[in-house]
Amino acid sequence: MIELDEIDRRLLRALQQDATQSAGALGRRFNLSQPATWRRIRRLEDAGIIKGRRLRLNAEALGFGVTVFLGVKLARKGQISLEDFERAVSAIPEVQTVEHVLGLYDYRLRVVARDLSDFERVLRRRIMTLPGAGDVEANVLLSEERLPGPIG
Amino acid sequence: MLDDIDRRILRHFQANPSLTTAELADLCRISAGVCWRRLEKMQVAGIIEGQEAVIDWAAVGYAVEVSLRITLDKTQARAFDEFMEEARNVAEVIEIQTFLGRVDVRLSVIARDMKHYQQLYRDRILTLPHIADIEALMHIARVKRDEVLPV
Repeated sequence: MIELDEIDRRLLRALQQDATQSAGALGRRFNLSQPATWRRIRRLEDAGIIKGRRLRLNAEALGFGVTVFLGVKLARKGQISLEDFERAVSAIPEVQTVEHVLGLYDYRLRVVARDLSDFERVLRRRIMTLPGAGDVEANVLLSEERLPGPIG
Repeated sequence: MLDDIDRRILRHFQANPSLTTAELADLCRISAGVCWRRLEKMQVAGIIEGQEAVIDWAAVGYAVEVSLRITLDKTQARAFDEFMEEARNVAEVIEIQTFLGRVDVRLSVIARDMKHYQQLYRDRILTLPHIADIEALMHIARVKRDEVLPV
């Protein structure tokens, strides 16, 4: 694991907000030369700290009015293969994230849909029919904030 | 509204946001000029909001991630606002979501190890205002995390 100094943290924070900023522009902001900034970003990428970029799209403007988080419990533990469940659930386009968790549920899914009736269709036809899917709890997302985390 | 070309651009761009406009145009089999204008149009319309770097917290030394599902005491009129305000001040909270359902709020909390998590949980989480109930889900693995919209 590499050590991060104050400038690395500031760079990470700036790139979290806008990953399209050039090394030159970031360097000017933090009083670094363009090559020095580039080397620092490169080092953060090589260390796996910056693992990629995400395109921020406005889901609502694209017609996806509803996001639902599903807690899924697997039925008949032991008899079904986790790999089969994971492969099948990951293949559903409306399922954006699949997290394997420990606690009240086995998996946590983030599902997008056009509206509630579209969500119901996804739930009935695609989620409930998954191999091994048991109890499901749904919570409709109202708001979401991402915070910079402990690098500030 | 979006047409097939816009959708094609968004599909490829979501899969790899680091692509240049020229590379993206190639993949979509359109000219760079058309691609640039379409992207510009979608940015102005607020469909493309921006790009963010994704940080791997495990690589920074935060190996533990816990989802805390919290029910608030709704007899307090300002319970949501006051809870959220305080939760934002905890550096290890990386996500705050509010819900309609059995759970009111969910916090994503990261910690260096279990000892650190336990300390955070006692000193910073349980002290947040208006909590009626907390359930914890410990993250084991991310099976899918591209957050791609099926456009």
